[in-house]
Amino acid sequence: MRYALYTGCVAKGAGRELLTATTYAAERLGIQLNEMKDASCCGAGVVDDDNRLLADSMNARTFSLAEASGLDIMTICGTCQGVMRAAQKKIDGNPDYKARVNAALLKDTGRVYAGKVKIKHFYQIIHEDYGLENLAARVTVKLAGLKVAPFYGCYVLRPHEYSDVKVPDRPDYLEKFIETLGATPVDYPEKLKCCGFPILMSNKTNSLQLSGNAILGAIKAGADCIVTPCPLCQLNMDSYQPEIEAILERKLGLPILHYPQLLALALGATLDDVKTNTHIVRPNKALHEASD
Amino acid sequence: MAEVRFLVSKYNSETDAKPRLQEFRLDPPQGATLLDCLNLIKWKLDGTLSFRMSCRSAICGSCAVRVNGHARLACKTQAADAVIDGRVTIEPLGNMTLIRDLVVDLEPFWASVEKVRPWLVPDDSKKYERERLQSHHDQLKIDAASTCIMCASCFSDCNVMEVDPKFLGPAALAKAQRFVFDTRDAEKWDRLELLGQIHGMWDCTHCAECSTRCPTDAKPLERITELRRAAMAAGMTDNNAARHVLGFRESIGGFKGIGGSGMLNENYLPVRSMGLSIGGILSLIPVGLRMFARKKNPPLIPHVIEKVGEVRKMFRRFDEYNKEGEK
Repeated sequence: MRYALYTGCVAKGAGRELLTATTYAAERLGIQLNEMKDASCCGAGVVDDDNRLLADSMNARTFSLAEASGLDIMTICGTCQGVMRAAQKKIDGNPDYKARVNAALLKDTGRVYAGKVKIKHFYQIIHEDYGLENLAARVTVKLAGLKVAPFYGCYVLRPHEYSDVKVPDRPDYLEKFIETLGATPVDYPEKLKCCGFPILMSNKTNSLQLSGNAILGAIKAGADCIVTPCPLCQLNMDSYQPEIEAILERKLGLPILHYPQLLALALGATLDDVKTNTHIVRPNKALHEASD
Repeated sequence: MAEVRFLVSKYNSETDAKPRLQEFRLDPPQGATLLDCLNLIKWKLDGTLSFRMSCRSAICGSCAVRVNGHARLACKTQAADAVIDGRVTIEPLGNMTLIRDLVVDLEPFWASVEKVRPWLVPDDSKKYERERLQSHHDQLKIDAASTCIMCASCFSDCNVMEVDPKFLGPAALAKAQRFVFDTRDAEKWDRLELLGQIHGMWDCTHCAECSTRCPTDAKPLERITELRRAAMAAGMTDNNAARHVLGFRESIGGFKGIGGSGMLNENYLPVRSMGLSIGGILSLIPVGLRMFARKKNPPLIPHVIEKVGEVRKMFRRFDEYNKEGEK
């Protein structure tokens, strides 16, 4: 199994532990990754607020790079996945638009997007390509006793027309993944909601209140930690947890893990291996006990 | 169809402290919608059950309720499609005060729509011989928003509305798009100015609940994105959110002769978003120090992608992309 790894910006910036954990987990599972060093930012839905054709063409450039390598794309960010799949579906679904994207792309880069590449988040690759049964056979550390709250992130689920999740209102990808690792998924209503990250710079209170509601929901459901396939959700809920605590006027202290971190822990990594020491919220007792 | 357990929210403010789910068992006839089922429950099992309905044809927008947790028109939902493990849960819309059973107070919803002045303000400086004609091409720009039936499904499930009741909300913003993009309207700039303020279009998180729940082609998130693009194109960028968009453009594609990196510069972006606000920049310090202490801060020398010249070239033709994209 070999994929073109699209890291996205956060795994190269404020969330480098995501790339570390991804590399660890992929190596243990025998998944080969060729990092796309020439791929640009996906635009995160923000460039789309500015210039749709440019945003989509920039992503089409990334697709054409993968096509030239003959590999499908693996993303490790829920937002990148959602934005890139939406761009791809818009382009593929409209021949006129595809012609306009390719005309622009050809003019500026000499490249053309053919429409062959598949784009999958790491979690989809684990489910659809690798298989949970195969994963179960590779799990060396059963995270028994650990109660994990899944948090999907908007771009993985919505709009439904662009989502790859089969029943986006009742997804079970993360729950089955958590079970496969020997941990226990906890259910709470906020798991499908927005973390608020996109408005962090313009309305911090609203943004952090949304993250706070999700963290509180997970705590009320008895979670020891949250796991998310989107590093932007992780960033909002982890790096800003002290501010969230101030808004909610209560202590939270809930660790927020990236999807590949939980995976790597179950494959034998230590907390240091997946760099939880870079998180603002340090691992709690339950996480230490489960991963020891 | 087999017997279905309908768990319907019941609430009477005079006798109940909070709403409760009451179970009704019903064998829905072939082809029954959820509205048909609600009527059957009312006629046969509980005459007191209160809900709104009128046209039964997804035109009037009266019968929106939460089905299994998400807003939908009861009349546009086949009962068979809503059953999960023999059950359907029907609850009132969210983000509004409950009056009784499935009936909520829609006042905040209507108030939000009214705030965007949802009527055409004609341009009196133009001389029209007869009616104000509009080309087919121009009409298409407001076609989607015009299909809104004011059912409040988007308002109910909007994530931002849950934490900020002052937020204009998706329906009002979609309605605003319908007038901002109307070539006959004289107040485009005033409208964009109003929408650019706090609690307006920039406060949407892109969670896409609105477009997902919308039963028509109005798709509010798309309309909000169009409004933002119109504001950006007009240079209405004197707020954190618009500067955040500029920060993306500049760090990926370059700015004033400084080449972009092809990636997001996470050190530049927050500072750029704050503009010249000292308070804003100071507010970034605690999280910055916290991240620095954990070695979580983004690298000071930005990561530059290989073949970055291709991306810079695309951004240099920003205006041409914008023009071509508007076609």
